[in-house]
Amino acid sequence: MSAELFEKMARSVLDGDSDEAEALAKQAVEMGLDPLECITSGYVVGVNEVGENFACGQAFLPELVMAGEAMKAAVAILEPEMAKRGTARQMYGKVVLATVEGDIHEIGKTLVGTLLSASGFEVIDLGVDVPTTRIIEKAREVNADIVALSALLTTTMVKQGEVIEALEDVGLRGKVKVMVGGAPVTREWVARIGADGYSEDAIGAVKVAKELMGKA
Amino acid sequence: MQPKLELLTQDMIARILDEAFQLMLKPGIKVQSAEARQLLAEAGARIDEANEIAFIPEKVVRTALETVPAAFHLYDRHGNPKVTYGGDAVQFDPGSSGVHVLDPETLEHRPSYTADLVRLVKVAEMLPQYAAQSTAVVCNEVPKPIGDLYRLYVVLMFSEKPIVTGSFSIQTLPAMFDMLALFAGGRDALAEKPQAVFDVCPSPPLIWSDFGAQNLIELARAGVPAEMVSMPLAGAAAPVTLLGSVVQHAAESLSGIAIHQLAQPGSPIVWGGAPAIFDMRRGTTPMGAVETAMIDAAYAQVGKSLGLPTHTYLGATDSKIVDAQAGLESGVSAVLGALAGINMISGAGMLDFLACHSPEKLVVDAEAIGMAHRLVAGLEVRTETLATMLFEGINFKGDFLKQRATRQLFPLEQYLPSPVIDRDSIRGWQAAGSPDTFARAKALTRQLLDEYRRPQIALDREAELSAMVEGLAREAGMERLPNLD
Ligand code: B12
Repeated sequence: MSAELFEKMARSVLDGDSDEAEALAKQAVEMGLDPLECITSGYVVGVNEVGENFACGQAFLPELVMAGEAMKAAVAILEPEMAKRGTARQMYGKVVLATVEGDIHEIGKTLVGTLLSASGFEVIDLGVDVPTTRIIEKAREVNADIVALSALLTTTMVKQGEVIEALEDVGLRGKVKVMVGGAPVTREWVARIGADGYSEDAIGAVKVAKELMGKA
Repeated sequence: MQPKLELLTQDMIARILDEAFQLMLKPGIKVQSAEARQLLAEAGARIDEANEIAFIPEKVVRTALETVPAAFHLYDRHGNPKVTYGGDAVQFDPGSSGVHVLDPETLEHRPSYTADLVRLVKVAEMLPQYAAQSTAVVCNEVPKPIGDLYRLYVVLMFSEKPIVTGSFSIQTLPAMFDMLALFAGGRDALAEKPQAVFDVCPSPPLIWSDFGAQNLIELARAGVPAEMVSMPLAGAAAPVTLLGSVVQHAAESLSGIAIHQLAQPGSPIVWGGAPAIFDMRRGTTPMGAVETAMIDAAYAQVGKSLGLPTHTYLGATDSKIVDAQAGLESGVSAVLGALAGINMISGAGMLDFLACHSPEKLVVDAEAIGMAHRLVAGLEVRTETLATMLFEGINFKGDFLKQRATRQLFPLEQYLPSPVIDRDSIRGWQAAGSPDTFARAKALTRQLLDEYRRPQIALDREAELSAMVEGLAREAGMERLPNLD
């Protein structure tokens, strides 16, 4: 019975059907199923399949993004239930994500956020044009594991370095990994500012984030 | 007869405009400049101050459209009109704001510096296919706050052509006006005979940032031409359908025109853009895709229906080197832009989604542009009869080479390509070392750089310009300007 439901859950993610994913989650809660098992044996199976299909060119970005959205919709229903049972989902880590100050390019940043959260990271997306001080405050407030910074302009890339310095100044650098990205970011730049990781695309971003958490 | 590519029926144009006007009321346009919102409010737009949204009625836009000049010129250093914005004039300029250059020897994409910009400007100056210069790449050794005006300075030092440029901040805009005014003979003279047009970008979807809107206002007041570069990215920052993206382009551009004309009615402004589809595998924005060119041709047709000057981004490639893909994407898209009758087509020389520039590619693209110009010049009747008179005395012999008409008319009938286009015999080509396109382009680039002579600038003007830029550089923390030689 539940095996069938899990399959439907995976399918709802593959179809990118948020309504269906949500409805199935509600049904599972009513039936008293273990919410954690719904995620790991149901929805996550779908996410992984979309990810694999994307990697080999059989799925496309809209499928990937909608799978992420469906996953989010389901988790939103299941989370309170998990809290009640005290069986919090094992998350990879907390990521504070932002496009740096002076930069309003949001598409790549948002894509990275969607895939991170679909893959089991808790993502706090601060949006675009975010001042360094706000990023630091948020990282401290939520006890972030990773700060992920997007910059698309050569003029704003420098802010990625600034955030790293600021983390050092407030004594957080030892606790927080920094991951950077955006079209002008290169390996040399990452080395120069002393970031911990970078990736040229959103799929790679997930891989790097897992490596940074020692979960690759 | 100028051949034309038209993708839209009159009914479709009306439908696009109708939906654009609907979007301007629902959800409205996000206008993040208080001054722009004020102007729109005074003209009759409803404003949601808390969310910075302007609901702009069609009437406000229609009034603005009445005062937009249908045509204007850009002038060269000597005050001669060299670029025509308006009607179906077709002109090309190199792409702007690259951050890398393609190293012709190592094929590496490396950060661009002053020396790279100088090379690009020299090559574009030597090639008549480029009606205008662009501020082609950023110079990485220069402090970011003066990056925009510094690029303009380099172009002014090495070129007499009109310039397609843009500012990176509101603070630098007046300095850039002053630099141009130095040659025009003052700010009023600059407005009278502008040497440059300034790109201004709305932010998709449906947003005029504080910087973008304020830019429009300052340009309008200075009477210096503005060129709106709206860039719906179909499927990411705009509807996935090409027509949906054309509607978004119209809504962003029409609201821009309203802001601009409210600041100063009658100031020149261009209906431009740099849309792209969104690649659903890689998440990139391909400039060489045929659908990108289709969005461009369609929005240009909408602009023309409103009697506006037009601009777009074509003639670039997403390939990383100057290879077959570069040739086909740049060539096909340049021809499509020309057939669409777009006044200024920016993008030549660029690779890798507009991130990387190459003087060698400029040299190759110049040939695509030469051919595109030839195509839009169309077929002309050059002789009294089309053929019969030319057959006099021919008597079934292939003797047309002997005819005076052949000698006189072949340069009009045929576009004469540079040595980059190989029309040699196989033996001749082998004797030359069997060079491929890129090798031929490298050779021609070297030759053009050798032959280039800097334009004469009155010494006092040059000193004044340099002093001005040095002053600004010092304020930005740079003691001495990079060596230009
Ligand atoms: C769309 C776009 C815009 C839109 C943004 C719309 C929006 N809502 O986001 C608008 C029109 C607003 C815009 C404005 C400007 N832009 Co712009 N823009 C682009 C464009 C065409 C595409 C960017 C994009 O969305 N790509 C698609 C996404 C999916 O890719 P991505 O962002 O690279 O993200 C991927 C990776 O980089 C990585 N990644 C991204 N972030 C992160 C973060 C982490 C932590 C990790 C690990 C990975 C990662 O993963 C992502 C997914 O695969 C680029 C050209 C280009 N090809 O990059 C120019 C470009 C970036 N823009 C440029 C410029 C110059 C500007 C303007 C200054 C123009 C102007 N004069 O007004 C303004 C600046 C505004 C500002 N203050 O930020 C230049 C930058 C040149 C430079 N000197 O740095 C570019 C390169 C184009 C060019 N050559 O002119 N732009």
